[in-house]
Amino acid sequence: MTTEILEAAPAGTVAAADFDPRVEGQRLIKDWYAGLAEAPRRGQHVANVFVMGNAVEILRAFDFQLVFPEINSLQTGVRKASGEYIRLSEDYGMSPDVCSYVKADVGLMLKENEHPVGRIPKAHLAIASNMCSTFIKWAEIWERWLKVPTFVLDLPGQRATNWRVRPGDAQHAADSRWVEAQFRDLIEKCEKITGKRFDIDRLAEVEERVNQMVFHWNNVMALNRMCPAPYNAMLDGLTYIGIMNVYRGAPEGVEFMRRLERQLKAKVARGEGRVAEERFRLLFSGTPCYVSMRRLVELFETWGGVFAYSDYLTFAAGGMDAGELVYDTSRPLESLAEITALAAQRGLSNQFFAHERLEQQIRDYAVDGIVFHGIKSCRFVSSGMADTRDYLNKRLAVPSLYIESDLIDPRYWSDAQIKNRVDAFFEALNQRGVPPPGDRKTIAAEAGRAA
Amino acid sequence: MLTRLAPENEAELTDLLERCHAAARDNSVPGKDSLPEGFSGTIGHFPVYFPEEIAHAGGLLPVNILGGGNKLELKHADARMGSFVCSICRSTTELGLNGTLQDLTGFVTHPICDAAKHLAGIWSRNLPEQLAQILYLPQNVNSRGATRYIAAEYQRLRADLERKVGHVISDEALRRSIRIYNENRRLLRELYAIRRDEPWKVSCAESYLLMRAGTRMPREEHNAILDQAIDLIRHRSLPAQDKPRVVFLGGFCEQPPLEMLETIDDACFVVDDDLLVGLRWFTQDVPESGDPVWALAESFVERSAASPVQHDERKTKEGYLMEMMRSSKADAAILTAAKFCEPGLDEQLAWSKHLDQAGIQYLVLEFEEKMTSFEQMAMQVETFAESLLFALA
Ligand code: SF4
Repeated sequence: MTTEILEAAPAGTVAAADFDPRVEGQRLIKDWYAGLAEAPRRGQHVANVFVMGNAVEILRAFDFQLVFPEINSLQTGVRKASGEYIRLSEDYGMSPDVCSYVKADVGLMLKENEHPVGRIPKAHLAIASNMCSTFIKWAEIWERWLKVPTFVLDLPGQRATNWRVRPGDAQHAADSRWVEAQFRDLIEKCEKITGKRFDIDRLAEVEERVNQMVFHWNNVMALNRMCPAPYNAMLDGLTYIGIMNVYRGAPEGVEFMRRLERQLKAKVARGEGRVAEERFRLLFSGTPCYVSMRRLVELFETWGGVFAYSDYLTFAAGGMDAGELVYDTSRPLESLAEITALAAQRGLSNQFFAHERLEQQIRDYAVDGIVFHGIKSCRFVSSGMADTRDYLNKRLAVPSLYIESDLIDPRYWSDAQIKNRVDAFFEALNQRGVPPPGDRKTIAAEAGRAA
Repeated sequence: MLTRLAPENEAELTDLLERCHAAARDNSVPGKDSLPEGFSGTIGHFPVYFPEEIAHAGGLLPVNILGGGNKLELKHADARMGSFVCSICRSTTELGLNGTLQDLTGFVTHPICDAAKHLAGIWSRNLPEQLAQILYLPQNVNSRGATRYIAAEYQRLRADLERKVGHVISDEALRRSIRIYNENRRLLRELYAIRRDEPWKVSCAESYLLMRAGTRMPREEHNAILDQAIDLIRHRSLPAQDKPRVVFLGGFCEQPPLEMLETIDDACFVVDDDLLVGLRWFTQDVPESGDPVWALAESFVERSAASPVQHDERKTKEGYLMEMMRSSKADAAILTAAKFCEPGLDEQLAWSKHLDQAGIQYLVLEFEEKMTSFEQMAMQVETFAESLLFALA
């Protein structure tokens, strides 16, 4: 259900061939950073937010410019500058054992907000959710150093295994009530900071755009159930999710996702895959290693292995990848709370009860193997990984590989070691044999229907 | 090394402390046949805070799951949890996998950090017959709906436990448990007051053992032990020694080895600490009348302590450190963190920078529950204490 292709996408006007998502994505990210650098001069208010559980809809209704410190940190990795920022923070006293995103951000503060892409403005407000506990400790650093007022948005997650919360049931109602109460407090705080009155119609407008983005995003995710997969979830997918987060609720975001869906649909219609010959469909569990992601993907693609799905695309968009997550814009605030509560549980259950979701996703995307990528400094994704892998190994006959590096700390990337492990994994997959490509299309399509 | 005792009380107090020490060394939980009277099962709960009253009222013995200490060998957990995860999570996993905790009726963890949240998934995959869950205590206690939300979460827990035990947990039973726990917290406050006012009478290690005993026995029984111990301690006639007064921070979750506390006791008076702070989470009594679930929820919001893993706009981490130092008249602080504990390590740095600014001396120590060698730490603590005494002279 969750990644089923939704019918009746709004008609588009731009030809699919005109659109290169990578180039367009890069342009949008550049524009966003340029806008941030201009924010102080324009007298705009700025908020620091994380990618999971961030109330962006409310902030946009108040015209906040959004800084995503996680994206700032990963960009230091992409631009091969993370080592310097991390070193600065460790020299300051930060432990080698804590999140390297936080350390890169502390390095950024120590460099007076000079980032490889430009100057990052100081925030007037920070929102940290409990979805990743490190968010809160991170926001406490801003509170302490920069005196940024912080709002912790508490989003209750999945409590136990086989946890079934349905929209409107008693549990969902209790959780939504709590989230709504917090949103009302947040709105008051935003009013105080910006001096503006809350405009519920603005919120509804933003929500309408998020609805459209989520609609296309679901279809984009579902298109990768096709064999061959039109994109690599851990390379192309990283651009897509970047736009989903940074431009959530913005017109540019809607347009990007709409064109992306058209482009990918056209690709699927042509039978064109991400790699020339797709031999193995894989699932990637964990976060990327932004210093070497291209290299990592290359190690897999040279064997004809494509990441058809990654749970990163689910949790790093705050769980907003399910068809039922649609705001009711006739009751914007209540609906925002209801959907946020559902999306947070979805995003969190991907980690803390990962076996349940992975079992489903293995079937949905008809994958031949799972790659677990453990990150020492990220307990959110890594603490339960080995046990989840053990559980799935025992229950499902899906081969898996475990590799370890870091989000952005180049010291933890060991090319030869990872290559050896990847090669050994594919040799084992080769020995097992895979269904011939003709059959694969059917499998993926059936999985799509069954879900 | 425990403090020498006055002769008339020595034997009795030694006996008590020995009982407590034995309890601290025991990682197992009572099975069906060995449960204390009035209990039909056990609820294991992970640090920091858990509303034990709800389990206690349902006839489920609350047992704090505090890791494996420094005598446990990991045979299974190494393959299930990365070496980058803190020791308490790894050893707790081991105790689950090696059968030590197989008799638990349920296991509850909390959103204190991401590693701790993962324990619920690990439990549900490996011990599916137990009730394994995350009790979602909020990280936002400053929004108006917090008490109502916590009360709903407690009612959910109450209903889950009722299904497990097969009977209703009445309001009356809950109020009775609250009374017993209030008494327990009152006694612990008394013990800590002695630490603060006459620290030569009871060491940090002794007080820790007395407190820790309560983590695996009915609170009624623990109250009797504390009552007796406090009386004996009050009547101790030990001479005050020339040691600096320090506070100890960093023991809110993973437990420092007893030997580490003894090492610090040898050189310093530890006049306050955050060890097992969850047992002392409420700074005042929980109301004993009215809706008991609401009383517990409201107390969490309005009458609670602080820790590095609880966000509360009203209590900055530096603020509660300074308040702890002020109220205990401490000269300095020992800032510890468990290895690989991200929140602890973050706080340790923040505290040390703050004390630098305030011109207050401190010692930074990193520990692991499984450590067995303390010589180097002893030297560090001794040097620190000497420098303090010199500065204070
Ligand atoms: S010791 Fe620290 S990292 Fe480990 S469970 Fe406790 S709070 Fe979490």
